[in-house]
Amino acid sequence: MSKPRTLFEKVWDAHVICEPSDQPPLIYIDLHLVHEVTSPQAFDGLRAAGRKVRRPERTIATVDHNNPTTPLELTVLEPISAKQMETLRKNCREFGIQLFDMGSDDRGIVHVIGPELGFTQPGKTIVCGDSHTSTHGAFGALAFGIGTSEVEHVLATQCLPQQKPRTMQINVKGKLPAGVSAKDLALGIIGKIGTDGGTGHVLEFTGEAIRALSMEGRMTLCNMSIEAGARAGMVAPDDTTIAYLRGRSHAPQGAAWDKALAYWNTLHTDPGAQYDRVVEIDAGSFAPYVTWGTNPGMVVPVTGEVPDPSISASEADRRAAERALQYMGLSPRMPIQTITIDRVFIGSCTNSRLEDLRAAAKVVKGYRVNSHVQAMVVPGSQKIKQEAENEGLDRIFTEAGFEWRESGCSMCLAMNPDVLQPGERCASTSNRNFEGRQGRDGRTHLVSPAMAAAAAVTGHFTDVRQWEFK
Amino acid sequence: MQPFRQHTGIVVPLDRPNVDTDQIIPKQFLKRIERTGFGQFLFNDWRFTPDGKPNPEFVLNAPRYKSASILVAAKNFGCGSSREHAPWALADYGFRAIIAPSFADIFSNNCGKNGLLTVVLTEAEVNELLKRAQQTEGYKLTIDLERKQVTDDQGFRASFGIDEFRRRCLLDGLDDIGLTLRHEAEIAAYEQAQAG
Repeated sequence: MSKPRTLFEKVWDAHVICEPSDQPPLIYIDLHLVHEVTSPQAFDGLRAAGRKVRRPERTIATVDHNNPTTPLELTVLEPISAKQMETLRKNCREFGIQLFDMGSDDRGIVHVIGPELGFTQPGKTIVCGDSHTSTHGAFGALAFGIGTSEVEHVLATQCLPQQKPRTMQINVKGKLPAGVSAKDLALGIIGKIGTDGGTGHVLEFTGEAIRALSMEGRMTLCNMSIEAGARAGMVAPDDTTIAYLRGRSHAPQGAAWDKALAYWNTLHTDPGAQYDRVVEIDAGSFAPYVTWGTNPGMVVPVTGEVPDPSISASEADRRAAERALQYMGLSPRMPIQTITIDRVFIGSCTNSRLEDLRAAAKVVKGYRVNSHVQAMVVPGSQKIKQEAENEGLDRIFTEAGFEWRESGCSMCLAMNPDVLQPGERCASTSNRNFEGRQGRDGRTHLVSPAMAAAAAVTGHFTDVRQWEFK
Repeated sequence: MQPFRQHTGIVVPLDRPNVDTDQIIPKQFLKRIERTGFGQFLFNDWRFTPDGKPNPEFVLNAPRYKSASILVAAKNFGCGSSREHAPWALADYGFRAIIAPSFADIFSNNCGKNGLLTVVLTEAEVNELLKRAQQTEGYKLTIDLERKQVTDDQGFRASFGIDEFRRRCLLDGLDDIGLTLRHEAEIAAYEQAQAG
């Protein structure tokens, strides 16, 4: 009988092409996602070396980072953004790569459209020049972010030399309490293991609470694996995964579907398989979270208060906390629910899917956005935008005073015109609260979609578990 | 790629944990389509005030560290975004090596592809180097990648571990795409088996 293996090991083993004595194992890459920001130099490298794209059909591209999200702005691009987007178009034409361009109904954030179009499937190896590639691990794929040199490497060879990462099981027992979402689970886990807790590891999320998550929730969780420093996050495929993929335009069809299904059913960690590390977590202990500092590990429950740096575990932690509080304009021991906000951003590859928009709309319905708050919803893809409009979610948002936008990365990293002004404080459903992330001297608090919606209405952080739904 | 064998240079101490790649190179500078010219934007929001003047409080602006080529930092350096623009900016500015107790995985990989050496030392060793770089004007370190050693002329000596493949690529300035393409036959055989 063969040795019991983890989910990660099964996917890894199936993709090892060879293990040269003088090089790390060569891993085959099934799917390469490309966007406009991290690819131009890679295509230049190919041209300089006279190389081709080895498997154009395993490569798909989209524009998502630079594009504005209002119809008016779409026609008046900043020249340097326009050039970057045009460069991707030229490269895709030259190298024969399928591009989901601005006019396409299938365009959107690369980590949203990959799954939505059925390209993302269990057991695949997936890379992209983008750290949030970890999102696709929600399907039981091995998906990780790479730099531009590695983008070039994959374009040229469809392989990457990779040292085998270690494995870490995050077992979440029990059920998440009402009002606590996948985003809260992600933030709570990062708060517990730290922003470097997963470094060098592939995480596998297991347990009752993970099984109960929708695909959207699993994507949110795996998306944030990188914020714990992990190489990737994975969830074993199950009926939820299969129901999501069935009938998607690029998912296998007919006999190929049955064959794929038989393979996907083997993609789970065998009883007795060993992880390098195991973290046990009780889902019942989770609450809606709000970040107070300048990395995603600086997080407390909404009912908590801003920590006092003077009681930090170490001198280095104390200085980091003091610096974060100064940047964030907060005082020690301030109750989180007294922090008032100026902006709300509901969007990003973390939380811009239909389920996220429904959760936010449910809170907003029948209320008005606080008069001191500017709030916007940026759907993750044009398809999600259309589906949300079909359900009338756009009207719930716009009647409440939210702006309803076109899809894109938008204010998650503010490479487009959606930017915080200096000093502005934002409740954001995105993934990073780093200094300047959403605009220089802007202040980002990471929250779930429902928590962002509640803050938009009240003007300050509010415990969504106490919300009076209308 | 520029090979890295041995390097001696001025050390600048950046005593902050979790320095993310958004700080190393803010997003407004990611729109360029070239690999070069990013050094001027390195640590932009820390190095320059909003009106574009050098911020005298940021360590890189201190005259004594002007020609630094070795950066010593606290744990988890390079976390966050996978942008290779971060090592491009560090290398273009003039850095050849970064020493820290730990690095984020993607950042460290990206550095290796650009002739920029990431050296992991213990927290105690890094704290000692931070102290020496703060106390001694013109403080220099020598990093020897062949011997995997960091030394100064005050008796500091530390050994470091590094992935052997990355070490060889750095020592010889190797094009690792070329190395992978030596396995063309194995790649083709894998693809054929997959299709069948």
